[in-house]
Amino acid sequence: MTTVESYAAETKSGIGISAQRPDAVPKATGEFPFSSDLCSQNMLWGKTLRSPYPSARIRNIDFSDALSISGVHAILTADDVPGKNLFGLDHPDQPVLAEDDVRYAGEPIALVAAEHPEIAEKAIAAIKVEFEILTPLVDGEDAITADPIHPEGNVIRHLQIDFGNPEADGEIVIEGTYEVGMQDQAFMGPESGMAVPSPDGSVDLHISTQWLHSDRDQIVEALDLPEDMVRLTLAGVGGAFGGREDVSMHVHLCMLALHTGRPVKMVYDRNESFLGHVHRHPAKIWYRHHANTDGRLVKVEAKIILDGGAYASTTSAVLANACCFSTGPYKVPNAQIEGWGVRTNNPPCGAMRGFGNVQTCFAVEAQMDKIASTLDIDPIELRLRNVLETGDKIITGQTIKGAAPVKEVITSLTNHPMPGPAADDPLARPGGTGRTTDQSHIKRGVGFAVSIKNLMFAEGFDDSSEALCKINDGAVSIHTACVEVGQGFVTLIHQIAEDVLGVSDIEVIPADTSIGSAGSTSASRQTWMSGGAVLKACEAVVENLINQVTEEDGIHYENLAGTLVAEDGSKTIPIADALIGRSFEEKVVHRHAPTFPLDNKGQGDAHVSFAFAAHRAVVDVDEELGLVRVMEIATSQDVGRVLNPLQAVGQIEGGIVQGLGLAVLEELVINNGVIQNANFTDYLLPTALDTPPIEIAALIEEPEPGAPFGAKGIGEPPTISSTPAIVAAIRDATGLDLCRVPVRPEDIALS
Amino acid sequence: MTKDLKTHLKVNGSEYKIENSWLRESLLFTLRERLGLYGSKNACEQGECGSCSVMSDETLVCACLVLTGNAVGREIQTIESLAPDGSMSVIQQAFVDAGAIQCGFCTPGLLITIQDFLESNSDPSELEIREAISGNLCRCTGYGRIIEAVRLVSRATQETEGTSDDNS
Repeated sequence: MTTVESYAAETKSGIGISAQRPDAVPKATGEFPFSSDLCSQNMLWGKTLRSPYPSARIRNIDFSDALSISGVHAILTADDVPGKNLFGLDHPDQPVLAEDDVRYAGEPIALVAAEHPEIAEKAIAAIKVEFEILTPLVDGEDAITADPIHPEGNVIRHLQIDFGNPEADGEIVIEGTYEVGMQDQAFMGPESGMAVPSPDGSVDLHISTQWLHSDRDQIVEALDLPEDMVRLTLAGVGGAFGGREDVSMHVHLCMLALHTGRPVKMVYDRNESFLGHVHRHPAKIWYRHHANTDGRLVKVEAKIILDGGAYASTTSAVLANACCFSTGPYKVPNAQIEGWGVRTNNPPCGAMRGFGNVQTCFAVEAQMDKIASTLDIDPIELRLRNVLETGDKIITGQTIKGAAPVKEVITSLTNHPMPGPAADDPLARPGGTGRTTDQSHIKRGVGFAVSIKNLMFAEGFDDSSEALCKINDGAVSIHTACVEVGQGFVTLIHQIAEDVLGVSDIEVIPADTSIGSAGSTSASRQTWMSGGAVLKACEAVVENLINQVTEEDGIHYENLAGTLVAEDGSKTIPIADALIGRSFEEKVVHRHAPTFPLDNKGQGDAHVSFAFAAHRAVVDVDEELGLVRVMEIATSQDVGRVLNPLQAVGQIEGGIVQGLGLAVLEELVINNGVIQNANFTDYLLPTALDTPPIEIAALIEEPEPGAPFGAKGIGEPPTISSTPAIVAAIRDATGLDLCRVPVRPEDIALS
Repeated sequence: MTKDLKTHLKVNGSEYKIENSWLRESLLFTLRERLGLYGSKNACEQGECGSCSVMSDETLVCACLVLTGNAVGREIQTIESLAPDGSMSVIQQAFVDAGAIQCGFCTPGLLITIQDFLESNSDPSELEIREAISGNLCRCTGYGRIIEAVRLVSRATQETEGTSDDNS
């Protein structure tokens, strides 16, 4: 068993120990520069005018009054977009600034640059837009057959998975319909950045993002500039969780800077942040499970509708995940899954931690509990009878070749002791001290859920990361474009480089576009991808070093655990010492094993690797008030190998709490296309009081073949099965069906 | 028309001349954009997240909710005062050691809050810690390592006090 309390940061480095984050001290002193902390002499402030309507035609824009306000330097509209007025992470379908139509409430229409944010705000208020207001399309199911709201149509992707025998029947049939509300990433550091123009017409953009090169590629199209005229440098990122994978203010900032010839800074306030990035797809899901009385699954049928909102973003890939993993981490011999990613006039949705797996995991785990209850089999036992193992096929026909310790994940968690009764303190009760919950009305429930998550990009995407290892007279510097969003890759760079080179003092060159793409900090992929690239670049240096030393000494050397050893044993030199006085530069591009597209039956080896997790939730519920307090979450996770125990714990605890948020607190409430709660007063993020102690029962270390160090990405699984475990626990306490997340007080009290 | 405000602010023991603050300018904006004290963070600017927590005299406040004009005559202490001349306070060091920092955007506000909290309660229970920091939102950590950092400080304080008791 791993005790969380035993972890403490150590000053040593290398793989497997709790090395301290290199940015921990500047973050603790407040000196760490985040993107909203950028400033420059002569700087202007940018601001965005956004549509208040989810669907409207723009008849006219009159900004003459706004432009005459003293201190206003530019007002730009769609007419001022120099290149293609379209961008998009998957493919360009979204205007940089709305032209004739607005398709969601919050869509950018015009930009202002002014001397002071208040002047910019006044100018925004003075821009007169004449709208012809249209009826928005706000229902995902209706969207499939409704008139198209976009030239590309309303169905962004339709995906069918046919696996095994469609006629197969089980002895029992369990149906259920489920709904997932719209969750937000709600990172703490709002979108912000600064663009600095150069006299040659090029521009430097300092921005918080997840993927510098994808941003750059979209910006150059919109600006109609060659690649080398738009340079991106990562500015300090205050969390991301998927919400920074899409372009937000990037093109806007560059346009304002190039137009005014002055640096322009933009910082979204919290309201604008909610409008300015994509959210987790809300989902409507129907399941029909066929099982035999011994608990074995026979067939799963499902229909899944994800509402992608007005623009495509990553809807296509999110839908693929939702469908491919819709049957959970279980052996399912026959499956008929149909999914739609649709376009509506709701706010655009895209990447968020868990990426499609979250929605169907909530539903399929509820189905597993229903089957267990119908057959009177213990829900954990039911899962154990169906778990995937290495060598099994998932419903896309792909065989799991890597580690699949689902059984170990489940059993290690089952063996973990249960928490005791709640403390005799009103603070420990559902609703806390402010409510009227009486201890005698509280019912306790326990729930269990298991998840599967694919690691890295899928369906044939050419996924790579580039790293440079530079040695200058023994001094090591490492360069990648890998974005640090808080996950701790900056620590891993040090650990990996020290592991290979034996040098502890390593310079990490800031991430920018002067090196090749590292891909996105998403999909639990950077440890494998950029970690792999750093590892290979360092190893390439060692190889060169061995060749040089071998040539100089006329004896062949080998690398034995960081020391060069002459083959006759006559001489040993630690690599770090051998590097002194030498210079190398090794740039390496790392790719994972190729994946392939899904065919028209949803079959294919579309995924690289899979990670599994299990969660057990204990909740106290006051049924009369509809209040829930999550008392404890325990977890076991398949991690391949732990590279930094303290950071692993941080990822797991943080991820679980985001899953808790979706279970009982977080939802962007949309009324007729308009977000009703775009602020932290009404969008309820879990506070420390809403959050229980988290117990890590086990981190299962079965090394993943093909993964650097055998390590699997660990960021997403904690967010996936924590939600269904909590809802299962509420069902256990209340006996209610609860087919929708987040579970709201009225779902319990008024049922 | 909006009028400018010319005044003085006392921040971290130093007097600052404010030349042209706007009348409705928040203390947070003044600290960050006029005085260059970017440590106080702008996560929500509506008093919900605690990222801009500073001390105003003896009171913990959200700098985003204080008008700069109302901060005149008060002693403002920001995150920059916790570690003057490059040193680290005990609670800052505990955050580093316990792994309480991920993206770090909530960190300065939490540190100010916890510093204030531990002055009034040096041996808090877990629930008391959770309540004390419940006005500070963190999206990365799930609070586990932050609570552990507070425990580290509290344990160290108890040990020191225990030692001094033994000596007395």
